[in-house]
Amino acid sequence: MEILNALIVLANYVLIPAITYGSQLALGALGVTMIYGILRFSNFAHGDSMAFGTMIAILLTWWLQSMGITAGPLPTALIALPFAIVLTMGVMLITDRLVYRFYRRKKAKPIILVMASLGVMFVFNGLVRFVLGPDEHRFADGERFIITVREFKALTGLPEGFGIRTTQGITVVVAVIVVVALFWFLGRTRTGKSMRAYSDNEDLALLSGINPERVVMYTWMIVAGLITIAGVLYGLDKSFKPFTYFQLLLPIFASAIVGGLGSPLGAIAGGFIIAFSEVTITYAWKLVLTYALPESLAPSGLVQLLSTDYKFAVSFMILVIVLLFRPTGIFRGKSV
Amino acid sequence: MSETLKNTLLFAAVAGLIILTGFVQSWNSALFIINMGLISAIMALGVNLQWGFAGLFNVGVMGFVALGGLAVVLVSMPPVGEAWAAGGIRALIGLVLGAATIAGGVVTYQKMSPGRNRTLAMIAVLGVGFFVYRYVFDAGVEAIEAVNPAGTGYLGGLGLPVVLAWPVGGLLAAGAAWLIGKTALGLRSDYLAIATLGIAEITIAVLKNEEWLSRGVKNVTGLPRPVPYEIDLQQDPGFVDRVAGLGLDPVIASSVFVKFGYAVLFLVVLIIVLWLAQRALHSPWGRMMRAIRDNEVAAEAMGKDVTARHLQVFILGSAICGMAGAMMTTLDGQLTPSSYQPLRFTFLVWVMVIVGGSGNNLGSVLGGFLIWFLWVQVEPIGHWLMSVITYGLAEDNALRIHLLESAAHMRLLTMGLILLLVLRFSPRGLIPEK
Repeated sequence: MEILNALIVLANYVLIPAITYGSQLALGALGVTMIYGILRFSNFAHGDSMAFGTMIAILLTWWLQSMGITAGPLPTALIALPFAIVLTMGVMLITDRLVYRFYRRKKAKPIILVMASLGVMFVFNGLVRFVLGPDEHRFADGERFIITVREFKALTGLPEGFGIRTTQGITVVVAVIVVVALFWFLGRTRTGKSMRAYSDNEDLALLSGINPERVVMYTWMIVAGLITIAGVLYGLDKSFKPFTYFQLLLPIFASAIVGGLGSPLGAIAGGFIIAFSEVTITYAWKLVLTYALPESLAPSGLVQLLSTDYKFAVSFMILVIVLLFRPTGIFRGKSV
Repeated sequence: MSETLKNTLLFAAVAGLIILTGFVQSWNSALFIINMGLISAIMALGVNLQWGFAGLFNVGVMGFVALGGLAVVLVSMPPVGEAWAAGGIRALIGLVLGAATIAGGVVTYQKMSPGRNRTLAMIAVLGVGFFVYRYVFDAGVEAIEAVNPAGTGYLGGLGLPVVLAWPVGGLLAAGAAWLIGKTALGLRSDYLAIATLGIAEITIAVLKNEEWLSRGVKNVTGLPRPVPYEIDLQQDPGFVDRVAGLGLDPVIASSVFVKFGYAVLFLVVLIIVLWLAQRALHSPWGRMMRAIRDNEVAAEAMGKDVTARHLQVFILGSAICGMAGAMMTTLDGQLTPSSYQPLRFTFLVWVMVIVGGSGNNLGSVLGGFLIWFLWVQVEPIGHWLMSVITYGLAEDNALRIHLLESAAHMRLLTMGLILLLVLRFSPRGLIPEK
């Protein structure tokens, strides 16, 4: 029974949060990796674009709520999500038109595009703070739990419980759907194939008659979808705060690089690697070990490798290790 | 219009703006802008060394600036004897053990032949070392933080003159830059950007959480100053008489006098850094740097060690940022880890360099003053603009209240727009590189 208890505690505090967080990071990292593969620069505005997309979703959610429309047990934000995605697509396409296209035409160095993305980051950050303010917002409604700790205990009669929040369930389900759809799109449709061709070899793709502007347009639209979904899921699961979204940039970049920039599969793997390392390294293992080990070996301290304040240090350390030993990432991405 | 005339006019225009602030608002705020402008100019020179000379993209300016701030505490605060006695030595031994662990891991990696055994041995060395380090270090830290937590709760510094902290801040930043540069230089150009972004976040996390070192979010206040205190001046009859002779109020005069003292100190540093940067730019070394920036492949073919030169210039630029950070903390008189915001400390400096003219030292100085002036003034202007826009609305109109409250965030928007517009329409900046 002790081992079972240990497993339940482990699932409740480590596995479920890490899987949820990993799905959110994977969606974010997919966006970074796609921009990198097609547009060939690291988009520093990614975190703040996420915040912008989420802001649109929050505004729509409030509007729907004020109209009395809710999704029953599910969060209202899920109804708002498709509309928010369409609006964010528009915002991304306008941004590309106003900012990035000029440098693309000029064939500017990637670093200039990175710098332009810094400017975009500033603007988005300013706009989000201007509209919603710098404070935290919680916009999740509906049922809070799929199964609560108390229900679980009553059901099984075990001393330790295990709960799943609705937002965690939604995150995983939505992430799986999005990833399957994305891989189907990239692997099976004509547009998706042309995008992969363009990413692999620009000159060859141009020779075979692929229209680069179309490829770029689809990329931004997909990225807009990915970031809005990732942002809304993260906001539902935790809370929405503009600065937190900016800070997500580091783990997202780390995920994309660990997996290999330009490789979608790598981005997903990277997201989960980063999430699991972050959660396991900052989790206090005392309770799990007390259950799992014989009584004489039970730990006296918290058995926490790093305090949670250093969770960014974890993604950074993994990033450094990957850069030192395998700069192209696990899945051998590009290294232009 | 000749170049010298144009540059002089540009500098005169910025000076005019600051003098206008003196007349319209107060000389105190004008001197504040000048002081922070001087510090910003030094930071911009540091970033310009990295970006303008060598094309290196450092997104972690904030981290180096914060390390400079930490140096002020470590150098100038009086040591807390009790804390040293309680656990200072133990904590230091812990740190040494931690460093030894990492060194041991590196040695294992280098000495053993590649294979699974090497990986396992390295993980074993690092793992065992980590637990030994935590065992020694944690107890020391606990003892230190238990000593009078409300008043001190940290080790204090060395009690040396505060001006010494400026070069020390540079050294600390240089050390951090060496670590980052060793890892990320020689790889793709954006990897350096991402690595510096990370180190900046971690530096701030360390400052916020390692209370034994920097008191964390409890802040270190009352840092020693290189200039006299206002209150001492006001009580000094000689000063009061002299000021009264000029027909000035002693309270305002003392505060202006103190700020002026800082301005002179900062100006001396700026002139030294600017002179060195100009010499570097026109030296064979500077030409080599630009050659590497413009065509790495060709420079490498000419026998230049690109990665080593990049590391060198990256460390130098970061050291300058660290020094500027130490100066800023000295000016503030306190170390507030939670006040370090990346948008304010990293990206604002970037806007200064780009707007001023990357690759040109004078441009960086101009950008530093101009952008700092705008940063300070955009908020009141935004507020005024909002009140004009919402003039027709009722006092308690929700939109009006929201717009007025949000005016503070106009800054980010404005800076972003300035950066985008300059990059697009005048990428060489106000004073272009020759």
